[in-house]
Amino acid sequence: MSVTGDGTLTETTTATQAEVASPRLRLTDPKSEVAIAGPSAETIAARGTETEREVVFRAREVSVNYGEKRAIEHVSMDIHRNYATALIGPSGCGKSTFLRCMNRMNDSIVGFRLGGELLYHGHDLYDLRANRVEVRRRIGMVFQKPNPFPKSIYDNIAWAARNLGMRDNLDERVERALRGAALWEEVKDRLKSSALGLSGGQQQRLCIARAIAIEPDVLLLDEPASALDPIATASIEELIHELKLRYTIVIVTHNMQQAMRVADKTAFFSLDETRIGTLIEYDDTDKLFSRPTDGRTRDYITGQFG
Amino acid sequence: MRFLYAPPPVTSLASPELNPARANRARRIRLNAVDLRANRALKWLALGGGVVIFIAMVGIVYQVIDGASLAFGKYGVGFLADSKWIPSPVTSLARYGAWPFIYGTLVTSVVSVILSMILGVSIGLFLGLLAPRRVSMVIGPLVEMLAAVPSVVLGLIGIYLICPFISRDLEPPLHAVLGWTGVFGQPQPVGNSLFAASLVLTIMVVPIVAALTRDLFLTVPGELRDGAEALGATRWEMIRGVVLPTTRSGIVAAGVLGFGRAIGEAIAVTAVVGGSATVSANLFEGGNTNASMIASQYINAVSNLQISALFYLALILFVFSVIVNLTARQIAKGPTDRGRLR
Amino acid sequence: MSAITPDPAHSLTPSGNLVRRQLINRVFLAATVGAAGLAVLVLFILVYYVAKHGLGQLSFSFLFSQLPADAPNAPGGIGPALLGTVELVLIATVIALPVGVLLAIYLSEFAGPRANSLLRTLLDLMAGLPTIIAGIFVAGLIARRIGESAFAGGIALSIVEVPLIARASLESISRVPSTLREAADALGIARWRSIVGVVLPTASSGIVTATILAVARAAGETAPVLFTCDLFAQNFSVDPRHSIASVPLEIFNLMESGYPSAVDKAWGAALVLMIVILAMNISARVWLRRGERKRGL
Repeated sequence: MSVTGDGTLTETTTATQAEVASPRLRLTDPKSEVAIAGPSAETIAARGTETEREVVFRAREVSVNYGEKRAIEHVSMDIHRNYATALIGPSGCGKSTFLRCMNRMNDSIVGFRLGGELLYHGHDLYDLRANRVEVRRRIGMVFQKPNPFPKSIYDNIAWAARNLGMRDNLDERVERALRGAALWEEVKDRLKSSALGLSGGQQQRLCIARAIAIEPDVLLLDEPASALDPIATASIEELIHELKLRYTIVIVTHNMQQAMRVADKTAFFSLDETRIGTLIEYDDTDKLFSRPTDGRTRDYITGQFG
Repeated sequence: MRFLYAPPPVTSLASPELNPARANRARRIRLNAVDLRANRALKWLALGGGVVIFIAMVGIVYQVIDGASLAFGKYGVGFLADSKWIPSPVTSLARYGAWPFIYGTLVTSVVSVILSMILGVSIGLFLGLLAPRRVSMVIGPLVEMLAAVPSVVLGLIGIYLICPFISRDLEPPLHAVLGWTGVFGQPQPVGNSLFAASLVLTIMVVPIVAALTRDLFLTVPGELRDGAEALGATRWEMIRGVVLPTTRSGIVAAGVLGFGRAIGEAIAVTAVVGGSATVSANLFEGGNTNASMIASQYINAVSNLQISALFYLALILFVFSVIVNLTARQIAKGPTDRGRLR
Repeated sequence: MSAITPDPAHSLTPSGNLVRRQLINRVFLAATVGAAGLAVLVLFILVYYVAKHGLGQLSFSFLFSQLPADAPNAPGGIGPALLGTVELVLIATVIALPVGVLLAIYLSEFAGPRANSLLRTLLDLMAGLPTIIAGIFVAGLIARRIGESAFAGGIALSIVEVPLIARASLESISRVPSTLREAADALGIARWRSIVGVVLPTASSGIVTATILAVARAAGETAPVLFTCDLFAQNFSVDPRHSIASVPLEIFNLMESGYPSAVDKAWGAALVLMIVILAMNISARVWLRRGERKRGL
């Protein structure tokens, strides 16, 4: 990776080829004929040869106000396609707030106002013509605490798809989603049983399956493993490696090791001098953690605060 | 803190004036004896409250059954199916039967509950989930005020406002469009009818359903609603797919409670129901309910048998009411027992 | 840095079936707004009509001095009825308040699970009891021994009030934070002292609110007193052993008589009743607000 003269980050081919060659990736499930949805390995490799990886989100001087209170400010960053971008930092510094801005989930909070510019593939997310429901259809979210509906496993996944009119081959769609969330083998015999009977880790994977069933473009993960035990957490992390081949992932995590394991790029949020959340540093994960430029980043990483 | 026995009083050897620590302990022990008695007294007083309502309910049951015994002895269970109601001071000429009034009670209550559920659940959704806080804080109390209107005032409005409105503005179009169902017959000159009673009952039941369902919808966890909206669903889809299924039994319980209110209303119904003892599918015809019969005929009853027949009507109404209320309780309790997400 | 051109493949305007779905959504929202609007409209029409027909009747003599009409078209007032209602509600509340609060205390502090279940069921049945049955119950009692009197009417109204007060008191008491109770226990305070000195005062605003609302409800009830009260009271007697008039009953009789002047008076009485009940409801709400604010909510 290198920084060009006009400030944009460009990807070289070597990085993506390395990802494709990684032994961790399974692009088709070896146990069945059903291909997991998404571009094939060839397409991804082909895309990787482009000189500039597509920018999915561009934030410029984004700020958030809840009524009089300002929650975050001066957030500027680019989030790239098929990357897992982690937002880390101590609690209360606006990571989740910023994440929720990306799929308009803050709209229902009284007094919410976004300043600056937040673009999605060049479109202003907060333009008057941007349709909130359409935004959420393209930009999915998985929440911190698993929140399956009190329905069957099948219906949990099929529900949103039915709303969107995807009624053909629903069974296949459900199976694909469950495979994509690495849950199929565990639940394929009890699709009609209640989703509430699953364990925490399974429920969270169900929520992921639910989100990918409608074929979004982006997946926002808000501390998806913080309510789970270490084994379930590991399975979620492994999932993210597969998911980012098909979707753009933005993940909020308070666990630095998780960010190191999972993310291609990491953004560190903290409170600025005026005690308002802001973006301190944003870089490739390995660079941020081994050679951080900002002193505050270094303090956080080495555990001197937060 | 309960002492099983009251300790004996302190003797003079360890007299309080000589020993301060002992004095304190003695004072505390004395206090505890008094407290013990006071605790018991409170418990018995409180129990008294329970005993009073127990006696009251038993008394009501006894009184109603006793009052109905004369008519029950004469007509038996067939009273429920008999359609003739002919009061007379001469026993041999009199004839009493409950069917027209059971019919009237059921019809007016069912119609009003159907209308009230549609309106009430919509209002509950509006106040609970859809309206901004400032709007619901104004509209909410206004809807509750509707419940505070006394039934006699509703009766007054019913006679002089609702019934003319019905006969003039509602009956003709309803008959024209839906007359084929047999339920909306020829428009009558006077609006007093089962239909009028149903409308008046709707005004009474809607606030109940709205208040109950509003609280119900607020119990649906925000995470479920957020999860639904994050999947690209519209608010209607979120409500239809997540909120309503989760609260299904509560909504039914609210409807059953509304039904209970409707079957028991006497005053407002008496004013507008038309006061006849006929059974007809046509809602625009006059009729009567158990409650309205009791209210309108008791004072001027011409014989003990008639009074007893009215008590019999009351007994039937009471049994309905008990069944309805127990059903509502059972429905409202249901989901937690089965362990599903509340 | 270079600007990004908007990618048409990722436009945020509605795609697929979203336009239709949002139309359905909008219809649904409009329906709920309409339902709420209809309810409020009905309320306003009600209040407007009562005010329009009743305002002209209000006068000092109507309210206080005149006796009810002894002939269909004679002038008359509702003074005795007002007095009667006050007395009836007073008797009813004197009975219902202690019974309701004590019952609530019993259920929340002392009763075992079986007593709890039985009494709560009875309370629910009493709450759902048709008021006409309370009236006919008391009529039966009258026929037996106690005679037509204000006491009888008061008993009938207390049957209506007790469930309201008991349920609301139960809710208020259960809202008292358990930390308060635990602190009282830890300090070694006797049970009765903690109930009377800590729990009840904390729950008091809820209990007061419930009582005001129960009084408002009882004041407007006709059916319980239909068979116990004097329909033709001609004096201002307040002797509870005799039957007395009541405002809702007065309205009912005037209304059923059908004579225009009687009906006019009915409107006037209805207006008075509505104003009183509305005032009580608003004051109950205000009291509730005060109580919540005191507890820091």
